[in-house]
Amino acid sequence: MNITVAGEKKDVKEGLTVTELIASENVETPQYVTVSVNEEFVESGEFDTTVLKEGDVVEFLYFMGGGR
Amino acid sequence: MTVTINKNDYERILAHARENLPEEACGLIAGIDREDGVREIKKVYLLTNIDHTNEHFSIDPKDQLASIKDMRAEGLKPLGNWHSHPESPSRPSEEDKRLANDSNASYLILSLEEADNPVLNAFHVESVNGEKTVRKEELTII
Repeated sequence: MNITVAGEKKDVKEGLTVTELIASENVETPQYVTVSVNEEFVESGEFDTTVLKEGDVVEFLYFMGGGR
Repeated sequence: MTVTINKNDYERILAHARENLPEEACGLIAGIDREDGVREIKKVYLLTNIDHTNEHFSIDPKDQLASIKDMRAEGLKPLGNWHSHPESPSRPSEEDKRLANDSNASYLILSLEEADNPVLNAFHVESVNGEKTVRKEELTII
Protein backbone atom coordinates (compact mmCIF):
# COMPACT_ATOMS: atom_id res chain seq x y z
CA MET A 1 0.00 0.00 0.00
CA ASN A 2 1.07 3.58 -0.46
CA ILE A 3 1.53 6.08 2.35
CA THR A 4 3.33 9.41 2.64
CA VAL A 5 6.09 9.68 5.21
CA ALA A 6 7.70 13.04 5.91
CA GLY A 7 6.51 14.29 2.55
CA GLU A 8 7.69 11.28 0.54
CA LYS A 9 5.48 8.62 -1.01
CA LYS A 10 6.36 5.11 0.14
CA ASP A 11 5.21 1.65 -0.79
CA VAL A 12 4.90 -0.33 2.44
CA LYS A 13 3.43 -3.65 3.50
CA GLU A 14 -0.20 -3.98 4.51
CA GLY A 15 -0.78 -3.89 8.25
CA LEU A 16 2.34 -1.85 9.04
CA THR A 17 2.26 -0.35 12.52
CA VAL A 18 3.73 2.97 13.59
CA THR A 19 6.35 1.10 15.62
CA GLU A 20 7.41 -0.87 12.54
CA LEU A 21 7.52 2.28 10.44
CA ILE A 22 9.73 4.03 13.01
CA ALA A 23 12.12 1.08 12.84
CA SER A 24 12.15 0.85 9.05
CA GLU A 25 12.72 4.59 8.68
CA ASN A 26 15.70 4.46 11.06
CA VAL A 27 14.27 7.30 13.11
CA GLU A 28 16.95 8.73 15.36
CA THR A 29 16.19 8.82 19.09
CA PRO A 30 12.57 7.68 18.72
CA GLN A 31 11.94 8.52 22.37
CA TYR A 32 12.04 12.19 21.34
CA VAL A 33 9.74 11.79 18.36
CA THR A 34 6.07 12.65 18.18
CA VAL A 35 4.14 10.98 15.38
CA SER A 36 1.15 12.35 13.54
CA VAL A 37 -1.05 10.41 11.17
CA ASN A 38 -3.34 12.50 8.99
CA GLU A 39 -2.63 15.47 11.27
CA GLU A 40 -3.74 13.59 14.39
CA PHE A 41 -1.12 12.93 17.06
CA VAL A 42 -0.60 9.31 18.03
CA GLU A 43 0.13 8.64 21.70
CA SER A 44 3.47 6.89 22.11
CA GLY A 45 1.74 4.07 24.01
CA GLU A 46 -0.33 3.40 20.91
CA PHE A 47 2.51 3.08 18.39
CA ASP A 48 2.40 -0.71 18.59
CA THR A 49 -1.32 -0.93 17.94
CA THR A 50 -1.75 1.85 15.40
CA VAL A 51 -2.01 0.19 12.01
CA LEU A 52 -1.43 2.39 9.01
CA LYS A 53 -3.81 2.44 6.08
CA GLU A 54 -3.59 3.19 2.38
CA GLY A 55 -3.13 6.90 1.79
CA ASP A 56 -2.12 7.80 5.33
CA VAL A 57 0.12 10.84 5.75
CA VAL A 58 2.69 10.39 8.50
CA GLU A 59 4.99 13.00 10.01
CA PHE A 60 7.78 12.44 12.51
CA LEU A 61 8.20 15.48 14.71
CA TYR A 62 11.37 15.71 16.74
CA PHE A 63 10.88 17.37 20.07
CA MET A 64 12.30 20.85 19.61
CA GLY A 65 13.64 22.37 22.77
CA GLY A 66 16.73 23.47 24.61
CA GLY A 67 18.05 25.71 27.30
CA ARG A 68 20.73 28.26 27.96
CA MET B 1 27.57 22.81 5.16
CA THR B 2 26.90 26.38 4.14
CA VAL B 3 23.60 27.86 5.25
CA THR B 4 22.08 31.03 3.84
CA ILE B 5 19.32 33.20 5.24
CA ASN B 6 18.03 36.36 3.68
CA LYS B 7 18.32 39.64 5.54
CA ASN B 8 14.58 40.07 5.89
CA ASP B 9 14.15 36.67 7.56
CA TYR B 10 17.12 37.35 9.82
CA GLU B 11 15.57 40.64 10.87
CA ARG B 12 12.22 38.96 11.54
CA ILE B 13 13.95 36.47 13.84
CA LEU B 14 15.83 39.27 15.57
CA ALA B 15 12.69 41.34 16.07
CA HIS B 16 10.72 38.37 17.40
CA ALA B 17 13.54 37.49 19.81
CA ARG B 18 13.75 41.06 21.09
CA GLU B 19 9.97 41.30 21.49
CA ASN B 20 10.02 38.17 23.64
CA LEU B 21 12.77 39.27 26.00
CA PRO B 22 13.49 38.32 28.70
CA GLU B 23 12.21 34.91 27.53
CA GLU B 24 13.91 32.73 24.99
CA ALA B 25 12.23 32.88 21.60
CA CYS B 26 12.08 30.08 19.06
CA GLY B 27 10.85 28.90 15.72
CA LEU B 28 11.52 26.73 12.72
CA ILE B 29 13.38 27.15 9.45
CA ALA B 30 12.44 25.75 6.07
CA GLY B 31 13.91 25.82 2.61
CA ILE B 32 15.88 23.68 0.22
CA ASP B 33 19.15 21.77 0.11
CA ARG B 34 20.66 22.85 -3.17
CA GLU B 35 22.69 20.54 -5.40
CA ASP B 36 25.77 22.71 -4.82
CA GLY B 37 25.64 21.79 -1.13
CA VAL B 38 24.20 25.07 0.07
CA ARG B 39 21.31 24.91 2.51
CA GLU B 40 19.06 27.82 1.59
CA ILE B 41 16.59 29.01 4.21
CA LYS B 42 13.58 30.33 2.34
CA LYS B 43 11.10 30.75 5.16
CA VAL B 44 11.28 31.20 8.91
CA TYR B 45 8.54 30.47 11.40
CA LEU B 46 8.21 32.60 14.52
CA LEU B 47 6.61 30.35 17.10
CA THR B 48 5.72 30.45 20.78
CA ASN B 49 8.07 29.24 23.46
CA ILE B 50 5.60 27.30 25.58
CA ASP B 51 8.07 27.24 28.49
CA HIS B 52 7.94 31.05 28.74
CA THR B 53 11.26 31.37 30.53
CA ASN B 54 14.66 32.93 29.88
CA GLU B 55 16.31 29.55 30.53
CA HIS B 56 14.54 27.07 28.29
CA PHE B 57 12.41 26.71 25.20
CA SER B 58 10.02 24.13 23.85
CA ILE B 59 8.09 24.35 20.60
CA ASP B 60 4.47 23.26 20.79
CA PRO B 61 4.11 20.11 18.64
CA LYS B 62 0.83 21.50 17.31
CA ASP B 63 2.63 24.61 16.04
CA GLN B 64 5.35 22.38 14.66
CA LEU B 65 2.86 20.23 12.78
CA ALA B 66 1.04 23.28 11.38
CA SER B 67 4.38 24.71 10.23
CA ILE B 68 5.39 21.46 8.57
CA LYS B 69 2.06 21.31 6.78
CA ASP B 70 2.73 24.82 5.49
CA MET B 71 6.24 23.81 4.38
CA ARG B 72 4.90 20.82 2.46
CA ALA B 73 2.29 23.04 0.78
CA GLU B 74 5.01 25.46 -0.31
CA GLY B 75 7.37 22.74 -1.51
CA LEU B 76 9.86 23.45 1.23
CA LYS B 77 11.78 21.07 3.45
CA PRO B 78 12.02 21.32 7.24
CA LEU B 79 15.64 22.34 7.84
CA GLY B 80 15.77 22.72 11.62
CA ASN B 81 15.01 25.30 14.22
CA TRP B 82 16.21 28.57 15.72
CA HIS B 83 16.13 29.93 19.22
CA SER B 84 17.51 32.86 21.14
CA HIS B 85 19.90 33.04 24.06
CA PRO B 86 18.94 36.25 25.86
CA GLU B 87 21.88 36.16 28.25
CA SER B 88 24.41 33.71 26.88
CA PRO B 89 26.59 33.24 23.80
CA SER B 90 25.57 31.86 20.44
CA ARG B 91 26.60 28.26 21.00
CA PRO B 92 24.69 25.11 21.95
CA SER B 93 24.34 24.67 25.70
CA GLU B 94 24.47 21.20 27.23
CA GLU B 95 20.65 21.19 27.24
CA ASP B 96 20.58 22.29 23.59
CA LYS B 97 22.87 19.40 22.71
CA ARG B 98 20.86 16.92 24.75
CA LEU B 99 17.68 17.87 22.92
CA ALA B 100 19.21 18.15 19.45
CA ASN B 101 18.18 14.78 18.10
CA ASP B 102 17.94 15.30 14.37
CA SER B 103 21.32 15.04 12.69
CA ASN B 104 19.79 16.36 9.46
CA ALA B 105 18.81 19.63 11.12
CA SER B 106 20.57 22.95 11.32
CA TYR B 107 20.28 24.57 14.73
CA LEU B 108 20.42 28.36 14.65
CA ILE B 109 21.16 30.22 17.87
CA LEU B 110 20.76 33.97 18.18
CA SER B 111 22.61 35.53 21.10
CA LEU B 112 21.27 38.77 22.53
CA GLU B 113 23.87 38.77 25.29
CA GLU B 114 25.15 42.07 23.92
CA ALA B 115 22.02 44.07 23.13
CA ASP B 116 23.63 46.09 20.35
CA ASN B 117 25.58 43.20 18.89
CA PRO B 118 23.29 40.23 18.18
CA VAL B 119 25.11 37.13 16.98
CA LEU B 120 23.50 34.39 14.91
CA ASN B 121 25.29 31.10 14.29
CA ALA B 122 24.24 27.76 12.83
CA PHE B 123 25.26 24.37 14.18
CA HIS B 124 25.08 20.73 13.25
CA VAL B 125 24.68 18.33 16.15
CA GLU B 126 24.92 14.58 15.96
CA SER B 127 25.44 11.66 18.26
CA VAL B 128 28.69 9.76 17.75
CA ASN B 129 29.30 6.75 19.99
CA GLY B 130 26.80 8.13 22.45
CA GLU B 131 28.45 11.55 22.61
CA LYS B 132 26.90 14.64 21.07
CA THR B 133 29.30 16.37 18.74
CA VAL B 134 28.80 19.92 17.51
CA ARG B 135 30.05 21.44 14.31
CA LYS B 136 29.60 25.08 13.43
CA GLU B 137 28.11 25.61 9.99
CA GLU B 138 29.01 28.51 7.76
CA LEU B 139 26.08 30.92 7.91
CA THR B 140 25.69 33.76 5.46
CA ILE B 141 23.09 36.50 5.70
CA ILE B 142 22.31 37.55 2.13
